[in-house]
Amino acid sequence: VLPVLSVVFQLSQQYRRRCFRLQTFRCVRTLQPLSFRWDRNLQTLSSRTLHTATVSRGPIVQFKLSDIGEGIMEVTVKEWYVKEGDKVSQFDSICEVQSDKASVTITSRYDGVIKKLYYDVDATALVGKPLVDIETESKVIQEEDVVETPAMAREEHTHQEIKGHKTQATPAVRRLAMENNIKLSEVVGTGRDGRILKEDILNFLAKQTGAILPPTLFQEIQTPAPTPAAVAAAAQPAIFTGKDVTEPLKGFHKAMVKTMTAALKIPHFGYCDEVDLSRLVALRAELRSTTEGRGVKLSYMPFFIKAASLGLLHFPILNASVDEGCQNITYKASHNIGLAMDTSQGLLVPNVKNVQLLSVFEIAQELNRLQTLGAAGQLGTSELTGGTFTLSNIGSIGGTYAKPVILPPEVAIGALGKIQILPRFDAGGQMVRAHIMNVSWSADHRIIDGATMCRFSNLWREYLENPACMVLDLK
Amino acid sequence: MMSHTRRAWSLLRGGSGVGSGSSSCDGGGLVLRSRSTDVYQNLALEDWIDANVDLERRGVLLLWRNRPAVVIGRHQNPWAECDLAAMRRAGIPLARRRSGGGTVFHDLGNLNLTFFASKKAYDRQRNLKVITDALRRIRPGLQVHATDRFDILLNGHLKISGSASRLSRKSSYHHCTLLHSADRSALAAVLRPSCPGIHSNATPSVPSPVANLLDHAPSLQWEELLDALANQYNAEFSSGATATLVDPADESAFPGLGRVAAELRDWNWTFGKTPKFSVQTVLHLTDDHSRARSSAQLHMEVKNGVIDSCQLDVPADWLPPRLSGELSGVLVGERFCGHRAAAAVTALLRPESGELRHRLRSLCDAVVSVMG
Repeated sequence: VLPVLSVVFQLSQQYRRRCFRLQTFRCVRTLQPLSFRWDRNLQTLSSRTLHTATVSRGPIVQFKLSDIGEGIMEVTVKEWYVKEGDKVSQFDSICEVQSDKASVTITSRYDGVIKKLYYDVDATALVGKPLVDIETESKVIQEEDVVETPAMAREEHTHQEIKGHKTQATPAVRRLAMENNIKLSEVVGTGRDGRILKEDILNFLAKQTGAILPPTLFQEIQTPAPTPAAVAAAAQPAIFTGKDVTEPLKGFHKAMVKTMTAALKIPHFGYCDEVDLSRLVALRAELRSTTEGRGVKLSYMPFFIKAASLGLLHFPILNASVDEGCQNITYKASHNIGLAMDTSQGLLVPNVKNVQLLSVFEIAQELNRLQTLGAAGQLGTSELTGGTFTLSNIGSIGGTYAKPVILPPEVAIGALGKIQILPRFDAGGQMVRAHIMNVSWSADHRIIDGATMCRFSNLWREYLENPACMVLDLK
Repeated sequence: MMSHTRRAWSLLRGGSGVGSGSSSCDGGGLVLRSRSTDVYQNLALEDWIDANVDLERRGVLLLWRNRPAVVIGRHQNPWAECDLAAMRRAGIPLARRRSGGGTVFHDLGNLNLTFFASKKAYDRQRNLKVITDALRRIRPGLQVHATDRFDILLNGHLKISGSASRLSRKSSYHHCTLLHSADRSALAAVLRPSCPGIHSNATPSVPSPVANLLDHAPSLQWEELLDALANQYNAEFSSGATATLVDPADESAFPGLGRVAAELRDWNWTFGKTPKFSVQTVLHLTDDHSRARSSAQLHMEVKNGVIDSCQLDVPADWLPPRLSGELSGVLVGERFCGHRAAAAVTALLRPESGELRHRLRSLCDAVVSVMG
């Protein structure tokens, strides 16, 4: 007689076999008194206090795999978007299935919690058979809540006369039907005296094919005029629930731990200085249009790198490597100067090979190539290994002085600060605008002494402060 | 042409503007041509139309083509389907589409047709009939027919079209290729596996002998083919539309399309959506200095494009287990990508020296090359 209740009895029988007894009782209990609650609501119209609606657990529904069309009876489950215990809303994607080159997204028909997945990935699912179990949410309004406003409350029952048939429904249910363009005469009422309940509208909607419903509709059917208490309870509490998050170090970051641990075993000493780049700035400005005409972007780095290589020719110990027990020192022939690059993956150090053989322009070309690869995440082992000396242009991000860490198996590293325009005195005692950059060197004190580092730095600085000198010594 | 576009928009958005003149759609269908040749923009355009156009009343035909690109199906494994290193060298991008099916090589000689319809009106054979009827009409001598696997064959055995489709909650689209003048040698060079030893349940591609329409109908020009298809679509679906040119890069016409294209370009979609697979292969190791040789076994499990587990069996006399263990440990949790692995292994190599360093380097290079 009452279709919903008979379905519940069927379900509860099925579930007695599957669920715990407690759940079965709950299923029956929540649905049976529903019709009585509606009556009581309508009779207690006098109280105007509005309370929040509480959500109680509804029945577990078997969501069957619906017909895909073209006579297809089985599909392969390719990916699950949900797992057991996940909350889903109507129209959320549940899984992806594939049949015969057609890829189909299956969406949920109900709001609720996923209770069971019937298939693993790559399993064959059958059309018409259960796909998932969803424990639906039925937003049952408890007896202390009243949703009517004074004007509507005067009518004990609101009914429509359509085709001579009196259809009873509360204003909330009527509004739900109206917002979905549903004629109440077409809905089977399962409440007392055939009254149409909210569940009836929901079931009617679920059966419709091709119905275009905005997903947020059901959230709107709540208390019409929220009181501050309701708003406070409904809104997410904005309290700080900051919890510590622990996760294991993986991949590149794990490898860097090893590198840095080994690096700091090296006794570092630091040496810093200031370089006046005013003449270099002017030189670069002159050369930029020429290089751009050749399709290459010219920054200051190619000059820094070339000057370092010229300096290494005089101080080859800075381009060396020591073995494990610091027994032997190897003076490397090639100047493979590494450039610290900040990529999305982290700090990578590709190097320019054989700088001692390259012109400033060729270095600029190679830098462009490495920067493109770095930005695309495509640096390979050949670019990333074999470095003998490193420069880190931290100044491109900011900063003046730094304390760089030597990257084994190298023995020295330089960090370049940002170029600032500062007041300085020239040879004649006049104050001038100077382009000043700071450099911070670190070196392995086991084989390199302060004097060596200082002399190298002075030579390097000399080349950059007087680029004409660099032209003299260029190889 | 602009007024065509404006009227088309009002129709696409469900407006009531049924204008006068030949440019309007009379309710049967809409024919669009994309002016973009960017594979990600065109795939995003398909998604956009599927999500935003009301297909209940009438369908849409979209005609498009891409600069050279490889497009894999939704549930395929890119490492198994194409040679990623060769593609990178040639500057050919990889895209994963949202529909199922196999791998396709797109270039400017390969026409793509997408038939959009409501789920109820989804009928692939009817769509393919549009193509075969159009071809027979303009070149009556051509022997073409559609198979029950939704391919179109020329002269009974040469494939000129393959199909794939996607069904959503209330809409559907069926797209297919049509080989007019594609570069078949480029196709052969990239459509082979990136690395050996892949075991997976991903959808495999079924290779078939293919042919270009132009080889069998040398006078058939591109524009003539497109016109014939548009006219046949109109005849089949009782519409009067002429093809409207659309630009997917126009954010005002297609709000949100840029974001969809960005999702399609993202690693997490292209590679991260690969169904889980395992790689089992033998690595050949050489020590450049001592000229010694050895071999190792590599077994990796990859989930969502990320290495889930890694087992390296290296002879202990070649390399101490501590080092091969460190290498495995560092690879787990990294993307299955040669470059990511390169960054991690080079960091590992730094503190090592001497013979161990050379041997570890050889092992690292071998592992990185497996990942393509």
